[in-house]
Amino acid sequence: MKKNIFKRIFQFYVEGFKSMTWGKQLWIIIIVKLFIMFAILKVFFFPDFLKTNFETDQERSNHVIEELTNAGKQ
Amino acid sequence: MENFDMTLIDWSRGQFALTAMYHWIFVPLTLGLTFIIAIMETIYVKTGDEKWKKITKFWATLFGINFAIGVATGIILEFEFGTNWSNYSWFVGDIFGAPLAIEGIMAFFMESTFIAIMFFGWNKVSKKFHLTATWLVAIGANLSALWILVANAWMQNPVGMVFNPDTARNEMVSFWSVLFSPTAINKFLHTVTSGYVLSAVFVIGVASWFLLKKKDVVFAKQSILVASVFGIISSLFLVWTGDGSARQVAQVQPMKFAAMEALWDGQTNAPLVAIGFLEKPAPPKTEGQYQEKEFAFKIEIPNMLSFLAFLDPNAYIPGVKDLVNGYTDPRTGKREPSYSEKIALGKEAITTLKLYKEAVASGNAEEAAIHKAKFDDPDWRNNTFKYFGYGYYTEETKAGLLPSIPISFYSFHLMVILAGHFLALFIVMLIFSLKNRLEKMKWLLYVGIWSIPLVYIASQAGWVLAELGRQPWVIQDLMPTLSAVSKIDASSVQITFWLFAITFTTLLIAEIKIMLTQIKKGITGGH
Repeated sequence: MKKNIFKRIFQFYVEGFKSMTWGKQLWIIIIVKLFIMFAILKVFFFPDFLKTNFETDQERSNHVIEELTNAGKQ
Repeated sequence: MENFDMTLIDWSRGQFALTAMYHWIFVPLTLGLTFIIAIMETIYVKTGDEKWKKITKFWATLFGINFAIGVATGIILEFEFGTNWSNYSWFVGDIFGAPLAIEGIMAFFMESTFIAIMFFGWNKVSKKFHLTATWLVAIGANLSALWILVANAWMQNPVGMVFNPDTARNEMVSFWSVLFSPTAINKFLHTVTSGYVLSAVFVIGVASWFLLKKKDVVFAKQSILVASVFGIISSLFLVWTGDGSARQVAQVQPMKFAAMEALWDGQTNAPLVAIGFLEKPAPPKTEGQYQEKEFAFKIEIPNMLSFLAFLDPNAYIPGVKDLVNGYTDPRTGKREPSYSEKIALGKEAITTLKLYKEAVASGNAEEAAIHKAKFDDPDWRNNTFKYFGYGYYTEETKAGLLPSIPISFYSFHLMVILAGHFLALFIVMLIFSLKNRLEKMKWLLYVGIWSIPLVYIASQAGWVLAELGRQPWVIQDLMPTLSAVSKIDASSVQITFWLFAITFTTLLIAEIKIMLTQIKKGITGGH
């Protein structure tokens, strides 16, 4: 009897990763890289400026208009 | 300019440039190598020759290393949009949102699914299904690039949108105008083909090393044969799309075009500078004056610039001075306003936006309607709002509206000269490959190896021209970089700049190290 399609796909990936001869070092690099990017850089260094400082889109657009019109005042 | 924190702007620009350039180290090889692999695998499926399967798997391994190290480095750019460039992100939000969302979905489903089959599917799925997956990886990677390049093209030539003064956002009114703008089409085709050329040079360079080491000779020769043919076709396409791109630049970014050729004075029958060196600039005569740089030496091709720009050897090409001072095209009679006039129009547009918001805030509906009517008027949008970004400059600071002429000139000419070198390399490699004399041509094999760093330099030079040549515009004529940044502390940008520099350099060293290890194992050495 044929196995469930999802099980087969899962097994396909598991066997693929197991059989990799050159990929372990790469996977470590990928995981460390993604961790640095999403768990450190994004969280601590790259907050979304407008989402963090303003609650509504109206406030955000008011801020941007304020920035755009007052910065142009010479 | 005193209203702007130039330290913050410079560091934000530097950080974006750093991440974009690092990202672009990984991307072009992904774009082109997949097609070369797909061609090799097609030969394997057609002939059933196991040798081609080994060649395919070897290059797929190098592709996998590059893909794994480079994947997601572009997401950093999106982090920067939200943190460092929030005014810009808000201003363009709707335009960027759609293409980037499509890119994300496409990249995830097409690339990640079919890459798994490409790497894990050997002997588990049929040959034809595996081949289909490989071709879909190639097509998917290129289609992913389409959407980000469409977004970039919109910044160079903003079309298909209307500015909403209530939200301060540009709203897309025609998705198809954004997608099929001539700038977008040329940018996409030229960029991806540059990736194909880079990949062909990469394959030739690595295979040349094998031939010099007398290792996996037959495999290396077959790789060079495929890469040479692919490289010649790609190079010709690159020239054609480059010509189309330059024509677009001449029409929608004439200052960038003049800077590319260091053309100070406009002229009909304008010659193309084939090779040239700029003199050391004289100090500006007055504050805010641009620094004129004449040629110390140049070789020109008569009428060629006019022909390339407008397919007419007699066409008028405005120079930097004409664009700053305003000019009338002697052939069409069309008048282009001076920068002083554009600055005045830009200030009027900024003031109108300010007055509208104040009228809305104070509940003065009558006055608000007067100002709003301007934003609804296509004539006002096309003749006044079009110059919104010029309003951030003054007579004293208008030199800031010029890109760096030497950077634009040298990056353009370096890119073109190196593209000529790569085409010649592909042709010579193909000739000696067909004559079966490659192993004896040691000098050619060394040229092949040394062309790898050169092709990366050419590839980066293309982006330097595209992005620095359009300065100061983050969105052409509408938003300069100085009004696009968020009000954040410059020191925080400096910290992340160095964090990125360290992270990306480590990744690059890792990639080169792993790749070299894999290459040293050889084509038949296990992958």
